[in-house]
Amino acid sequence: MAKRIEADNVTAYYGNFRAIDSVSMVIERKSVTALIGPSGCGKSTFLRSINRMHEVIPGARVEGSINVDGHNVYDKDVDVTAVRRMIGMVFQRPNPFPTMSIFDNVVAGLKLQGVRRKGELQVAAEKALRGANLWEEVKDRLDKPGAGLSGGQQQRLCIARAIAVEPQVVLMDEPCSALDPISTLAIEDLIGELKDSYTIVIVTHNMQQAARVSDKTAFFSLEKTGEPGRLVEYDDTQKIFTNPSEKRTEDYITGRFG
Amino acid sequence: MTTLTITDTGAQLKARRLPKWAPWAIGAAAIAVGLGGVTYAADGGPVIGAIVAALLYFIALVVISTAVEGARSAKNRAASALIGSAFVLALLPLLSVAATTISRGLTRLDGDFFYRSMNGITAFDAGGGAYHAILGTLEQVGIAVLITVPLGLSGAIYIVEYGRGRLAKWIQFFVDVMTGIPSIVAGLFVLSFWVMIISPLFNDGRPAYSGFAASLALSVLMLPTIVRSAEEMLRLVPNSLREGAYALGIPKWRAILKIVIPTALPGIVTGVMLAVARAAGETAPVMLVAGGAFAINGNPFSGQQTSLSLFIYDQAGTASQYAPARAWTAALTLVALVLLFTVVAKLIARRSKLTR
Ligand SMILES: Nc1ncnc2c1ncn2[C@@H]1O[C@H](COP(=O)(O)OP(=O)(O)OP(=O)(O)O)[C@@H](O)[C@H]1O
Ligand SMILES: [Mg+2]
Repeated sequence: MAKRIEADNVTAYYGNFRAIDSVSMVIERKSVTALIGPSGCGKSTFLRSINRMHEVIPGARVEGSINVDGHNVYDKDVDVTAVRRMIGMVFQRPNPFPTMSIFDNVVAGLKLQGVRRKGELQVAAEKALRGANLWEEVKDRLDKPGAGLSGGQQQRLCIARAIAVEPQVVLMDEPCSALDPISTLAIEDLIGELKDSYTIVIVTHNMQQAARVSDKTAFFSLEKTGEPGRLVEYDDTQKIFTNPSEKRTEDYITGRFG
Repeated sequence: MTTLTITDTGAQLKARRLPKWAPWAIGAAAIAVGLGGVTYAADGGPVIGAIVAALLYFIALVVISTAVEGARSAKNRAASALIGSAFVLALLPLLSVAATTISRGLTRLDGDFFYRSMNGITAFDAGGGAYHAILGTLEQVGIAVLITVPLGLSGAIYIVEYGRGRLAKWIQFFVDVMTGIPSIVAGLFVLSFWVMIISPLFNDGRPAYSGFAASLALSVLMLPTIVRSAEEMLRLVPNSLREGAYALGIPKWRAILKIVIPTALPGIVTGVMLAVARAAGETAPVMLVAGGAFAINGNPFSGQQTSLSLFIYDQAGTASQYAPARAWTAALTLVALVLLFTVVAKLIARRSKLTR
């Protein structure tokens, strides 16, 4: 079950510094949404406030609300771990757990949530690894360390780890920025497949990638450094890349800015 | 000497080098002059001979290298020679201690030493052993580890993972202060607090020396080392791993237990072993609060105990022709014991980490 996300006036702070200001947008279920914009405009901050990872940083807080199928994840009685289980995340740099084997990495989320039965874990691991297009490459060395894989494989391992807990939304923060074109392509294909079952939000600096993989695109920008980032334009990807309604979006996409 | 072909790029790229054997030849010549000339011919003693040889080697190397290879290479050789000799100088005391301990310790390395105590052994008796002391060291250090590892690890986890603001800063400050406590002060603290005030409550009003009191004193010494090293190791665990765990919906305490600590484990174990090595070598606090003993006492909670280091101190000061040999063997045993612990601990910590 993919979920629909409604961000309503999301303002995020690092201590006293306001990083993003009143971001509102609706992300439809089973769609791919790309967040683009110049460095420092708050794309990662917004992404991390969706699954409440923003507040992990000391002094960081969020105002406004993020509604997942109508339920605000910032409500007082909401369990953060449940939110993060429902909304998975893939980071910019692959971060497999170094003390764990490939298998243990994939099922880490399940195991640490209390799933014990070996058979169940094996089924889940194979499913997640196949889902992440990694199964064929690692099926013979599942007990080898996850850190021993190539960068692209590690990133797909982290994607497998994220989808193994069967989240309903997957957030990806520049998942391909450290990867070669072939791994990038593999991950883009994967995003195309994942979209059948998950809602996906991806941050990227690569315009072609945004155009290739996403249904909708959100352009963030900031007036100058020190100012908070704002959502400038949010529309169908097709429209953003061919006929944006904002001058700033056009300038950014055609490379005249940022 | 290699001949140079004078093409432009060739001349620029190639440099005249001393042949590989040259430093060795210079070294051999320097030793011949130093030891042969000064020590034997001039009767100057081995130390002065060695110093002369080292100086000669250094000067000759620099002069010859400057002449053949030029100033830059000569500087490189001089720096390498200095670093090499610093390494040898640092290693010499260590080797000397190891060699002395082993050679003198071997005399009493027999069954008696490990199976008997000093009970009823007078200054005129040859036998006797350190069974009671080994037992004491194992029990005292063992209990101290049981006390300090959970405490120290939780302290470090609090400081790194949970501590925000004042309290964490104060804990850190006091840990730093504790690091500098002299062992005799730790012993006096436990003597006045535990032996004089608490233990009489369980002992009909009389103060009681015990191995457990020694464990307490050793704990005071071990705790800051363990907290500090565990803290450093936990800080080295990249934040991206913690975030990766949180993003999977894993609660913080489980992420710490299953991801952060295993990642930092080898370093934490090293820190614990440093603390153990220090504690096993402490004499003063054990003497103050455990009282020392000659007979076997396996109960750390009642009756006086001794330890290997206290045994060494005792035997080294005993007026008996047999005592020094016992002291040396005890020293060898202590070193071997600490080494054994360290190796075993490292192996255990390594097994939990995957091999590539
Ligand atoms: N941990 C932090 N502490 C304080 N300020 C931060 C922190 N992380 C980010 N910021 C600030 O918040 C603002 C937005 O940062 P963010 O990482 O969201 O930008 P971004 O759009 O993801 O940039 P990039 O494209 O370079 O990743 C920046 O001004 C940044 O300096
Ligand atoms: Mg970012």
